[in-house]
Amino acid sequence: MLTLNINGKDQELDVPADMPLLWVLRDVAHLTGTKFGCGMAQCGACTVHIDGAPLRSCITAATAVAHGQKILTIEGLSTDGSHPVQQAWAELDVVQCGYCQSGQIMSAAALLAKIPKPTDSDIDQALSGNICRCGTYPRIRAAVKRAAELS
Amino acid sequence: MDSLTALSRRGFLKGATALGGGLVVAFVIPGAHRFARGAENQGNVFAPNAFLRIGNDNSVTVLLGHSEMGQGIWTGLTMLIAEELDADWSKIRVEHAPASARDYGLAGFGGMQITGGSTSTWMEFDRYRQAGAAARLMLIEAAARRFNVAPSQIRTESGVVIAGDQRASYGELADDAGKLPVPDPASIKLKDAKDWKLIGKPTKRLDTPEKITGRAKFGMDVQFDGLMTAMVARSPVFGGSVKSFEGAGALAIPGVHKVEQVPSGVAVIAEHFWAAKLGRDALTVEWDLGPNIGLDSQKLLESFRKLAATPGLPAGQAGDTQAALAKASKTIDVEYSVPYLAHAPMEPLNCTVKITQEKCEIWTGTQFQTLDQLIAGKITGLKPEQVQIHTEFLGGGFGRRANPTSDFVAEAVQVAKAAGGPVKTVWAREDDIRGGYYRSAFLHRARIGLGADGLPLAWQHVMVGQSIMAGTSLEAAMVKNGIDKTSVEGVVDSPYLEGLANHQVELHSPQTGINVLWLRSVGHSHTAFVMESLIDELATAAGKDPVEYRRTLLRDHPRHLGVLNLAVEKANWKAPLPQGHALGVAVHESFGSYVAQVAEVSQDNLAIRVHRVVCAVDCGIAVNPQSIAAQMESCITFGLGFTLHSKLTFKDGQVVQSNYHDYQVLRLNEMPQVEVHIVPSSEKPGGIGEAGVPPTAPAVANAVFALTGQRLRELPLQLSGV
Repeated sequence: MLTLNINGKDQELDVPADMPLLWVLRDVAHLTGTKFGCGMAQCGACTVHIDGAPLRSCITAATAVAHGQKILTIEGLSTDGSHPVQQAWAELDVVQCGYCQSGQIMSAAALLAKIPKPTDSDIDQALSGNICRCGTYPRIRAAVKRAAELS
Repeated sequence: MDSLTALSRRGFLKGATALGGGLVVAFVIPGAHRFARGAENQGNVFAPNAFLRIGNDNSVTVLLGHSEMGQGIWTGLTMLIAEELDADWSKIRVEHAPASARDYGLAGFGGMQITGGSTSTWMEFDRYRQAGAAARLMLIEAAARRFNVAPSQIRTESGVVIAGDQRASYGELADDAGKLPVPDPASIKLKDAKDWKLIGKPTKRLDTPEKITGRAKFGMDVQFDGLMTAMVARSPVFGGSVKSFEGAGALAIPGVHKVEQVPSGVAVIAEHFWAAKLGRDALTVEWDLGPNIGLDSQKLLESFRKLAATPGLPAGQAGDTQAALAKASKTIDVEYSVPYLAHAPMEPLNCTVKITQEKCEIWTGTQFQTLDQLIAGKITGLKPEQVQIHTEFLGGGFGRRANPTSDFVAEAVQVAKAAGGPVKTVWAREDDIRGGYYRSAFLHRARIGLGADGLPLAWQHVMVGQSIMAGTSLEAAMVKNGIDKTSVEGVVDSPYLEGLANHQVELHSPQTGINVLWLRSVGHSHTAFVMESLIDELATAAGKDPVEYRRTLLRDHPRHLGVLNLAVEKANWKAPLPQGHALGVAVHESFGSYVAQVAEVSQDNLAIRVHRVVCAVDCGIAVNPQSIAAQMESCITFGLGFTLHSKLTFKDGQVVQSNYHDYQVLRLNEMPQVEVHIVPSSEKPGGIGEAGVPPTAPAVANAVFALTGQRLRELPLQLSGV
């Protein structure tokens, strides 16, 4: 049994030792907001926070998350879409198909927690690992700046 | 469009009180009763397939027959209903409707329920407005009886019926309205455009709250008790098959329940994705690789090149091209080529299937419900109407989730059948990139003669590329005299050829063993690159400014000219640019919409940097300008991905690329500034989900030529170091 602190709650989970955190979240804890896109840390759809830092959960074994570390998923970012990043996303009508957006939002939230007023280059660095095939990039860029104002 | 107009004239409405109270309005297509109506009339009157449901709680639920894959119809089609219904926008909800050709079939697609071809808005423009208008008339009639006033004394506003000082909400009237006969849509007068309150107003998406909180359910997110996950090992070479396999290694993985052979390969059925993946890794399969082990991109291109030197099937013809070419004062003779492309939507393909004696239930993101039902019915021995499809949000489609063979649905049904229980079949990213159903590679060879005035005198154009439609159920409708319309669109109907006395377009459609499929903007994804690059080449040969040259050639095409002029004006075509920057332009019509783009580029060693794209679009009536701007941004991003990076290659029969590290798409750091300008128009709506893709590659290629003098005739664009 593995104890993981997910969205503020300790959960006892019976999982294989090598199972990536992504599949523990999705298939065991039934938190499907975190997405599978590539399985090799290329697309960022699986981004969650570990103690506030963004992490690609598709290549991180759940057992590598140390006891006491806090895992935050999109479901825990806010219960009602009220996080400044989510508010900015809604205001600027960012989403299209929406599949990558949990990862985009988690990457953006981690960036703003670290750098409250990011420059274009900060945004490029923090979010170029998150692919969006619908091309919401211009709105993502604008929404990150808007979220910085709302924070 | 004409057949649709005829359909809605013949169509009629069916009204009923919904289960649990409220009003349901459904259109039924006459003649579609070949699909049995099922159990809907048992007990309380209940119509399960409707466009619209009004609840006693004043909620208005729109049941969408189309699939939301990012393009925004969740909001756009709903606006059409809400406009005529005078609905309270804050009370609107949307759901994907249960699959039903009877209720949601489209005459333009032979009665099938389909989302594709950038058709949703224009095909449904009348039907969805009529659905809203009919419901409104029924609510007015119910209020007239309740208040004892003439319907003409009644008005509606934001979900409320008002007669003098008497008011009733739609929810309060829904039960009464549901008992009334449904008006004949032909008798319904729709609003004049000047009275529209919603159509034309930039409107935010209705699916945002779910999609920013992780609550939105995609096919991948379907979970229920007893559901297994499967992954399928498929032949590494197209056309290969299983010779033998050893499943013991897979079965030794904890969580793996079964290993079963299916027509497409060997399925590993497990408790969750991770066990299925490890199980598949542990499988030993001996493949009969079949006839395509020699597949090689370089050899393919050579074979296409040889074909291009021979006469193809005639696709377009006027005058005597050879004689006119002989008289030309200047001739260009050039070759263009584009590679195979994968759609690579963010959500890998997946499909959940549960089969019982009575029905086959499917949960997936699909663009092709009706074909999926037919094919799943055939596999299970059930009738198509016993195949129930729950359409989930699509994590991108771009055409991949609309397959005439329903490949990923059919395979998942086979897996569930073999498993003997409900299974979600999931593709890894590598399966998606290597799984076929690509945009075909194409090679174009053009010989164009210019007259003394610098304008084209004769145009010979030979195209070589695979047919999407050949061998599919759609071949009869889409292939005429050997010409697949989707191969030649954008060339044969080009405004540059339309007025040209001497032109000749020929097509070769070789078979290669590679499965091909439409990719966002279909044939236009390569023909616009070729045509708009060629026009730039001709302008250069004639010593003319590329914009002026186009203005001359397009003088009888006002909508092309309109977007061209708007884009170059907004881009400041003649204004000085930063050192080391240059502009390029392209204009192209597709899907009934006209789009011009001006791209500003620079180079960083051999890398092309795109700084800005100014886009002008004329898509007729702009139902939701917000969504049109978003789709143009989306199209440009998609186009830039294959302009600068994406390319599939084959070696020893296998696809070389496997994931986003070697099949590259555009990332945020490369995203230019995008401006979208919409031409005001009262023309019938065109499509917007694809029409912004075609001009991007040629606008960038033309800008690269202006910057470097290198005319790049191959995608993705690659500067050479001179």
